[in-house]
Amino acid sequence: MIIPIQYLLALSGILFVLGVLGVLIRRNAIVIFMSIELMLNAANLALISFARTIAPAEAGLGGQVMVFFIIAVAAAEVAVGLALIVTIFKLRHSIDVDQVHTLKG
Amino acid sequence: MNMDLILFLTLAAVAVITAVSMIASRNAIYSALFLVLNFITIAAIYLLLDAAFIAMVQITVYAGAIMVLFLFVIMLLGAERVEAETRLTWQRPLSLVLGFVLLAEMVYLLFFHGGGSLPVVHEFEGAFGSPRSIGLVLFDSYLLPFEVASVLLLVAMVGAILLVRDERKEAS
Repeated sequence: MIIPIQYLLALSGILFVLGVLGVLIRRNAIVIFMSIELMLNAANLALISFARTIAPAEAGLGGQVMVFFIIAVAAAEVAVGLALIVTIFKLRHSIDVDQVHTLKG
Repeated sequence: MNMDLILFLTLAAVAVITAVSMIASRNAIYSALFLVLNFITIAAIYLLLDAAFIAMVQITVYAGAIMVLFLFVIMLLGAERVEAETRLTWQRPLSLVLGFVLLAEMVYLLFFHGGGSLPVVHEFEGAFGSPRSIGLVLFDSYLLPFEVASVLLLVAMVGAILLVRDERKEAS
């Protein structure tokens, strides 16, 4: 039996909004970063849902391949982002984003 | 109510609860562990949606590699509880209100306004989303993006090493 696509997109939307709220509310840079990962996952869920709606199965698989690439890019992004956070912590001894309001080190 | 729908609604409830707990918990390590649970739940939903390969990639790369990196950095910095005094006063309720407005817009568009124009889900028989079919598509139509992704990962690795290098130590 098939799950209606509205439900899947609603779950994706809820997770995305929770990610946005995490970015807006929290000030720990690592938690903000994790909220961004949550938003990426919500977008992936929407892509996987839409991949099942395209008629020839080979064309629909393109959606799943795109999710594969998004995961690869997210891995690269996490490596660089966490390196930036470590560098900021070495300079300022804090990863509270309120403390990091100037670019000059 | 059929079996798949009940399973999906249970998994969706777990995903939403873990996401809320991730944002709400004070300790960053608890946030990371809740996020791992959230990723595994979403991987189970991918299994429901005929995406077995992506579900496995999600568990190994996201719940495995990326979250271990997060936990490693949290413990390296000792940054579990860095949020002390709050300087955001009116921004926090405003962000909650705006988030709920965004959610209400999405729900309205999905269920009441444009629900009829959404595409219909097909029932696939056989090996849709299996590692074999994904691999055939990946190395046939998407070979160039695959190679570019490997270069991107290399550049990210070099960039990460360059960023955390201790310059003072090298100068002396």
